[in-house]
This record gives sequence, structure tokens and C-alpha cells, in this order.
Amino acid sequence: MSSVSASLPRRRRRTSYGDAGALSLGIGMLWLSVIVLLPLAALVDRSLQDGLSAFWSAVSSRQAVAAFRFTFLIALVVTAINAVMGTVIAWVLVRDNFWGKRAVNALIDLPFALPTIVAGLTLLALYGSAIAFTKWAVLLAMLFVTLPFVVRAVQPVLLELDREMEQAAYSLGAAHWTTFRRIVFPNLTPAIVSGAALAFARAVGEFGAVILISGNKPFDTQVSSVYAFQQIESGNATGAAAVSVVLLLLSLAVLIGLRYAERWGTHHDA
Amino acid sequence: MTLRRLSLRTLALAYLGAVLVVPVGFVLYKTFKPGLSEVWHSVTTPDAVHAFWLTLQIAAIAVPLNTVFGVLMALALVRGRVPCRRFVEALIDLPFAVSPVVVGLSLYLLYGRTGWFAGPVADTGVQILFSMPGMVLATIFVTLPFVVREVVPVLRELGDEQEQAAATLGASRWQTFLRITLPSIRWGLLYGVVLSTARALGEFGAVSVVSGHIAGQTDTLTLLVENRFQNFDLAGAYAASTLLALMAVVSLAAMTLVNRREETA
Repeated sequence: MSSVSASLPRRRRRTSYGDAGALSLGIGMLWLSVIVLLPLAALVDRSLQDGLSAFWSAVSSRQAVAAFRFTFLIALVVTAINAVMGTVIAWVLVRDNFWGKRAVNALIDLPFALPTIVAGLTLLALYGSAIAFTKWAVLLAMLFVTLPFVVRAVQPVLLELDREMEQAAYSLGAAHWTTFRRIVFPNLTPAIVSGAALAFARAVGEFGAVILISGNKPFDTQVSSVYAFQQIESGNATGAAAVSVVLLLLSLAVLIGLRYAERWGTHHDA
Repeated sequence: MTLRRLSLRTLALAYLGAVLVVPVGFVLYKTFKPGLSEVWHSVTTPDAVHAFWLTLQIAAIAVPLNTVFGVLMALALVRGRVPCRRFVEALIDLPFAVSPVVVGLSLYLLYGRTGWFAGPVADTGVQILFSMPGMVLATIFVTLPFVVREVVPVLRELGDEQEQAAATLGASRWQTFLRITLPSIRWGLLYGVVLSTARALGEFGAVSVVSGHIAGQTDTLTLLVENRFQNFDLAGAYAASTLLALMAVVSLAAMTLVNRREETA
């Protein structure tokens, strides 16, 4: 699809809703502003209240940097594991058949439905004696809450995927692994990337699942969101705001990057 | 049945078992080990009952508001002309990606004692922070994208030919919406509502920052779980968790049902 043909119908369209579109857009943007943008603006404003140097010293304190580094690295590891496992699970759910598949399929959404604090308590109850208050605990908690993203992104693409290409590859003598790597995987890549990006953003910001199980040890198991929470509790709202702004920028970068990556993907579709 | 297929299946199921099924099953087991009457007693204390109703009330305000917003915004995004569409869409997704703590802190800094709206809020005499309005605002924030995201693809796929036809035949916008658009998007809309509800009932971080943790007053069910855990009432925390898990299972069942309807519709 070229960009010209994509934009044509949009321009031609005099919609059935006429200028009601503008009205609903106006109401929608107002709601979005009051609920989301205004509070975030107050956050950014507060973080810069004492000047840029105060902002910088708040986000570059040793404890804040340690928390950022740990959060970022563990979120990357979690994302990588769930990108692989999510693809495997999606594959099994689409291409395999076994008793209870429907139940397993419904189960995938459990981390979306289960409150994060319950997820944390759950993992603590089972694995607590072995891993409570270690980095493994944080890893496990984040794996739990980000599990559905890649599965749910890959599944519909895999369902739609034309199997003739694969069969052609097999008939030409390609091994299963080669077929997957050369035929299936390239088709799945955009879905895996978009699922993984959402999982990464979620892992970086995760709070409820982590707070009980991590032990919140500075320089060890403390993640940024819990660090910010602690700063709020101890009355340092400005410092907490500075750390929050960094987290916010990271989420925004992931989301905007994803939107433009999607556009890039559709432009390069055959 | 090949060996490769079997091993992939085993791998996927083992991972799901270790991360999801066994931990949740274990908490259920731990909850009911002391006996049903203990559990019942634990979820019917005045604080627990209050938390339960507060949780429901918050969801009952937040979800309908976001449903109306979601439909309006989806219509505008798909049927109207939106400048910087991608940027607007990214903004709508922001509550998905932003940390709950950041959400709570933002509201705290907007409505709190030193916040932007400190003056007007004090003048009206309405307490926003550390009471229900603040918790509702936090819940609306985190559940904002669900309905939009579910309705947009359905509207896009639907196309606007039927709507055009209705308009040509003299239907008003409202009639077109009620008779044509709404019936076509209903399953997608319902799915978004279920997702919003599940998230609203289970939100913890954002609500935690703005609630002030006043037991019996601003404790939702999720806050009650944390509260009991911190006070070494493990059995009570498990019982409240199980109640939340049951609500999650109901949501899951609703999601599966709606999904199946969507596929056959």
C-alpha cells in the first residue's frame, strides 16, 4: 500500500457524522486533557520547580541511578524472555491442538484481569521462601504481569499467516527451523516488536506486583517506581516528580516509537 | 504428532504453569485451608465490606464515563479528521505505559495542598485527595484507553457505507449512531468495558498514592490486601486476594464469552 492511496479515501470522506466528528473530537480531547494531560503537566512543572540543576541532582543521586539501571536492565531481560516465550505460546495456541486449549487460551489474559498486588502476593506465597527480596523475585513478578502482551500481539498474525509459503519452503527441502527463521519469523517480527515494546513499558513502570516481593532494598532490588513512591512517602514530592518525569518520558518514547514503527511497517508492505 | 510439537507444547504449558497457574492455585489452597467459615468471616469484617463497596462504587463511576469518552474518541479518530493523529493516539495509550505511581503522584501534585488547584479545591470545600474523588480520578486515568482501543479497529473494519446510506435516507446523526453504528460495534465496545472494569477493580498503585490509606474509609480491596499483609494478617490478605481473584475470573469468563460472540457475529 502506498502512502498516496492510503490518504486518498480519507480526504474524499465527507463523513456520515458531518461536523459531529469535530464536536466529539473536541469533547474527547477535553476529557483527555483534564484526566491525563493536566496532571502530567503539573508533574513536569513540579519536577522543574527548583530549577534544572535540582532536577538533575534528583535523578542522578546514587540511589536513583541504581534504581534506574536495575529497572531498565531487568525490564529488558523480562521483555526478552517473554518475547521468546510469548511467541512459543502463541505458536502452540494457534498451530497445536490439545485437550483444554480453550481454557489455556482464556488463561493468558489472567495477568490483565488479576490485580497486580494479588499477583505479587501470589508469587510471594509460592516462591517466597526461596526468592523473596532478591532480584529473581522482581524478575518473576515482571514476567507474570507482562506475559500476555507478546502472546496477544502474535496470535492474530499467526492465525492470518498464509501457510502456502511455509509449505512451499518445506517442499523445496527447507528444514523446519529454516522455514521458521526465513518465512514465519519475518512475518511475525512487527507483532513481536509491538508486543515486546508494550511489555517493556509495563515492566519499567510496574509497582503493585513488585512492592511486596522485592523487599525494596536500595542498590539491590529497588525499582524506580518504588523508589519514587518512597520519595513521596518521605515528603520529597519534587524529587519523586523528577524521577517520575524520566519514567514518563521513557513510556512516551516507547509509544511514539511504536506508532511510527507501525507506519514504517505499512509503508514497506508489499 | 512430532517430537518437536510435543516439546514446544510442554515448554509453553510448563512456563504458564510455573508463572501463572501454580502460584494462583497455591494462594487458593492457602486461603481455604483454615476453612470456609474463617474465609467468610475475613471477607465480611466491616472494613472488608466497606472496601468491597468502595471498589465497586469507584468502578461504577469510572467505567461509564470512560465508555462515553471511548466511543466519542473512537468515532472522531476513525470517522473524522484529526490533526497529528499518531501523536493523539500515542497520548491516549499513555495510561497503559505510564507507571501507576506516576499517575498517583501527578494527581497529588495537581490537587494536593501545594498543587496547581490547591486554591480552588480548598474554596469549594470538596476533598479530592485522600478521599473518593481522587481515587475515582486515578481510576479514570488508568482505564482511559481500553474502550478507545477496542472500538477503533472495529469501526475501521466496518467502514462507513451503511452510515452514509442511513444519512442519505434522512437519518439524523443520533439515529445513525443508535441504529447503525452502535449495534455494529457492540461486542468490541463490551470487550473494552469488561477490560476497563477488570482494571478499575484491580488498580493498586495509582489509587494507593492518592488514597491516604485511611482504613475503613479510603481502603479499596487491593489496598486492603496490602494493609493486611503489612499488618501480618496473612490469612486475611489471602482471603481478600481470593475475592479479587474471583472477580478477575468473572472478568476473564466475560472476556472469553464476548470474544466468541465477536468472532461469530
